[in-house]
Amino acid sequence: MSAVQEERLTEARDRLDAHVREIVRHHFSTETGTPVWLEYAASVDWDPLEAIQGFDDLVARFDNFDGERLRQDAHELWIPRAFAGRPFTIFETGGSTGMPKQRIGWDDYKHDYEEFSDRLSDEHFPRGGYWLMIGPTGPRRLRLAIEHLANHRGSSCYFVDLDPRWVKKLISSGQGEQAKAYMKHVVDQALIILKHRKVGALFTTPRILEALGDEISIPDAGIKGVFCGGTEMSPQTVRFLCEEILENRVGFVPTYGNTLMGLACHKPDFAADDYSVTYYAPQPRAVLRVTEPDDARRLVRHGTWGRVELTTLTKELFLPRFLERDAAKRCEPCPEYPWDGVAEVKPYGANEEKIVEGVY
Amino acid sequence: MADVPHFPVLRAGKEYESLDTVELVNHRDGTPLARVSQANAGIIRRDLKKAAKNAAVLREVPVRELIERCQTAARIFLEDELIVGGEATQTPEQYVAALSGTSGLPHALCRANMQKNALVMREMPTILAGLMRGMDPTVLDDGQGEHGGVPVWYAPAADTLGAVLPSNSPGVHSLWIPSIALKVPVVLKPGREEPWTPMRIARALMAAGIPGEAFSLYPTDHEGAGVVLSECDRALLFGDARIAEKYAGDPSIEVHGPGYSKILLGADQAAHWRDHLDVLYDSVAANGGRSCINASAIYVTAHAREIAESLAERLVALAPRAPDDPAAGLAAFANPAFAEAMDAAIENGLAKGGAVDVTAARRAGPRRIERDGATYLAPTLVHCETLEHPLANTEYMFPFASVVEVPQERMLEAIGPSLVVTAITKDERFVEALLASSSIHRLNLGPVPTSKVEWNQPHEGNLFEFLWARRALQRASAW
Repeated sequence: MSAVQEERLTEARDRLDAHVREIVRHHFSTETGTPVWLEYAASVDWDPLEAIQGFDDLVARFDNFDGERLRQDAHELWIPRAFAGRPFTIFETGGSTGMPKQRIGWDDYKHDYEEFSDRLSDEHFPRGGYWLMIGPTGPRRLRLAIEHLANHRGSSCYFVDLDPRWVKKLISSGQGEQAKAYMKHVVDQALIILKHRKVGALFTTPRILEALGDEISIPDAGIKGVFCGGTEMSPQTVRFLCEEILENRVGFVPTYGNTLMGLACHKPDFAADDYSVTYYAPQPRAVLRVTEPDDARRLVRHGTWGRVELTTLTKELFLPRFLERDAAKRCEPCPEYPWDGVAEVKPYGANEEKIVEGVY
Repeated sequence: MADVPHFPVLRAGKEYESLDTVELVNHRDGTPLARVSQANAGIIRRDLKKAAKNAAVLREVPVRELIERCQTAARIFLEDELIVGGEATQTPEQYVAALSGTSGLPHALCRANMQKNALVMREMPTILAGLMRGMDPTVLDDGQGEHGGVPVWYAPAADTLGAVLPSNSPGVHSLWIPSIALKVPVVLKPGREEPWTPMRIARALMAAGIPGEAFSLYPTDHEGAGVVLSECDRALLFGDARIAEKYAGDPSIEVHGPGYSKILLGADQAAHWRDHLDVLYDSVAANGGRSCINASAIYVTAHAREIAESLAERLVALAPRAPDDPAAGLAAFANPAFAEAMDAAIENGLAKGGAVDVTAARRAGPRRIERDGATYLAPTLVHCETLEHPLANTEYMFPFASVVEVPQERMLEAIGPSLVVTAITKDERFVEALLASSSIHRLNLGPVPTSKVEWNQPHEGNLFEFLWARRALQRASAW
């Protein structure tokens, strides 16, 4: 068992249960509720407002959420009455091709990233100054979120776009050379910004970070902190990025996040854990569970692998038990985050089928 | 785990322990043999940026000294207890046992391959003379020299020689070793089950005084292998026919695919076939049939069935033995699935008709044999009625060959690209045609086994010409 005291775990659990009750009340009541959930309540023979008193009830009562609805439903179905009349932003998920999954939102990303900001050190992400994001912009929540994070810290952000859908197409059609050329195009643009502007912090993906580090010394270019996410990072990759690409001179903040969850923070001092990075969901606004592949109601044991399941619990979005396309190791709570974490995230079914991750 | 030695990554001679490791186990009983650090592709890419610097260190050593150090290393390689990683060491006996444990080769064949690699180090003057056509090797020191009364100027075409290596037979390492004397550092991606030999060779050469900068050893994944091929100036690639085809057009990559080595018995020798059974046997069975220089097809003008039956009689005596039995000559399959797949492919071929496994009736049991936790394929000789039969030109990594009757005048058009051809004939016109054939990489005239290598001529490509480019240099008089 971890060093986290039982009372802290209980306290976090109570806080989550209270939050679940509040969010369910919000989405299932006629005054503030969301059309999809009001329809759902009318279609089942139990009353969510009565039956859901805590997170366990939610797991017991709701089936895994069907992600296809995010491609098909009219956005209006997802506007809580509490937000009626307020224009919304439409965000799309990751790098899949075909009709993307979409989520609408208002302020969630600001809350998520303001909270995340508290975890960043002023030494590595100095207030004021400039940031550079090299990664998927376009219809992604991440782009606005990074800019908001920079702004929240008194900074402004440059952007170099990377279209992950194009990269996936190139790689799956065997056009490796084109994918490399595209990567170079992205890195070249970043190098130009870094040469002509004074940038102190970076957000990018592990592969772009590596490609950038192959061209310049990142610390010598003035970068003090790197915030990195997007794809699987094995412990060896994290160590290589820290020790060699960042020359042990730059603060490295690995993250795990997506459009539906927001941003999971890493457990501090991952170097002491042999660079195995454990991420903790921004509970109580989102909860990650690592589940048995054949029965997602059951959790795997700590230290073993399972499929990641996400529940989003904000006033803008209630999304119970959405099975992610990720596999991860279930980790013990830690003092900073007294709830379960996930580590060594990789594409679910990576061993059975080839999943194209490309540069994204 | 604590007792299992750790095999580090070597980054220009410096040890690196990765967080990502693969455990190698004895294929017979699962006993752990080593924990092998795996390099991520980024490490290789990053290290290769220092290739010019590493090459400069090696090039500072005069070639004569490099040759001497290679010769010293031959003894060290054969006899000394060498460090593998950290404090862990390996004696020659431990090396042989580990190599046998993951490759399935019996100790006797491991030792024979050890001798082959040592010979390349010891005979480096002969090998360089063969590669450089007898030119004084000191041309490698300052690029300038004279050869046959003609001035020559050579410049290195590469700062690194990459090699994506197989696990099937340790003899392949003999192909990259001369790169060190040729002053080009090596970047090796060993086969997953065979880090033993490249590590031991590198350690021996370093112990003999070759700068560590000359050796990078990266056990790695598919992506890492791709970096070795794409980022090294020149690279050797070992693989199957599909891989060989994929890279065939790339002049910076020398592909070593299947050998399709053959024996041609000329019409003039047809009646004397009994005299040549030893050569046929050695060509098919040497090194457990593991090499690309083993014959996989025997073309004869007459007596095919009799030849096949007599050779089969001898081959069936080659049976599985304990790995440390000095008489063991058949290798086990470390991965039984390979044996199963090859066995099934041969059965499929036979089921099509037109071919007979002449060894089948002579051996006691089936082709695939399980013994003491190991899987073997018994030597198999197939008599094919025609050249078109799918088994007539197929190569497998065990003693397997086909015998086909082919009219002499059709032999040359039929052989296709062949690494080694042993032509047993005194027919001058046939010999002339053989000498003119571009399909043959190495031609043995007369009863020389395909598996016999003489080192005074380039073997499987000319490494010197691959790594050094001849340029013209004109100097004004009195300049």
